[in-house]
Amino acid sequence: MKKLAIWAPFVLFLIFVGVVARGLIQPGGRVVRSALVGKPLPVFTLPAATKGVRGLNTADLAMGQPRLLNIFASWCIPCIAEAPVLLELKAKGVAIDAIAIRDTPQDVARFLARNGNPYQRIGSDVTSAVQLALGSSGVPESYVVDGKGVIRYQHVGDIRSEDVPMILDQMEVAR
Amino acid sequence: MMRHWLALILMAMLLPGVVQADSNLPPAALANTQLPDAKQEAEAKALMETLRCVVCQGQSIADSNAEMAGDMRALVRGKVAAGEKPDAIRAWFIERYGPWVSYKPEMSAIAAPVWIVPLVVFFIGLWLVRGRFRQRSSNARPSDKGEA
Repeated sequence: MKKLAIWAPFVLFLIFVGVVARGLIQPGGRVVRSALVGKPLPVFTLPAATKGVRGLNTADLAMGQPRLLNIFASWCIPCIAEAPVLLELKAKGVAIDAIAIRDTPQDVARFLARNGNPYQRIGSDVTSAVQLALGSSGVPESYVVDGKGVIRYQHVGDIRSEDVPMILDQMEVAR
Repeated sequence: MMRHWLALILMAMLLPGVVQADSNLPPAALANTQLPDAKQEAEAKALMETLRCVVCQGQSIADSNAEMAGDMRALVRGKVAAGEKPDAIRAWFIERYGPWVSYKPEMSAIAAPVWIVPLVVFFIGLWLVRGRFRQRSSNARPSDKGEA
């Protein structure tokens, strides 16, 4: 027993080395998730992002039915890849609103003309203030918001076509 | 052939700048401009040095050149100028991004062992060594002096 116990510090040391080595080999490349999932949307009011669309405020996202809130930008390359998938979601009956980050009306109009417009409302967030209030760390991101304005799910990165069933599920769960 | 390779290498060097897209808008008003009130600016600066940039995750927002860090600085300065306390602003960020966003460690159920374990280990060590010291001093004779 005593002979075994004498190895305990050495084993502890090896465990320590293992933990440190693991941290060194896989440094923390990590997805930043919003801590607001399960909580109500922060209160905000945003002006329309371009001519011919409506602006967005918190009340617009709490109208009794779940909605998808998409954070995008005309200068964001993955957002271009995401656009057709959002159109597909719209065709399947998902109500989508958006916040355009650091964008100009002309750029948003050009983006919509080129990639289609799946959005019912688009608010313009010129200083990322609402994006930060939402706990979002980049574009694109999407939030499933239930009928009472509570965030139910956050999707970090572009929604790909293989994510469509999962998003539809999340919309159903939020109903 | 050589020229092709050079062109490829040049393109590879230029590519990250293309992929890492930034918006076409200038930085927010308070991103790189100090507050007129020196005391408030000092408060804001101290807070910015202990908030993590959510894009370039190893840097504080005070150090980072990322566009989003600029927007975070503008937000911090705006809130400080509006009279909010730095602790309240830190809490605001933690509420949204989790404790991870703050470089200032907070006591919590998960973090508590980090604080407590070293103390516990230290006292266990003292306790272990105590027996040795006592033995040493009771056995010590003048002739033992100088022995290891």
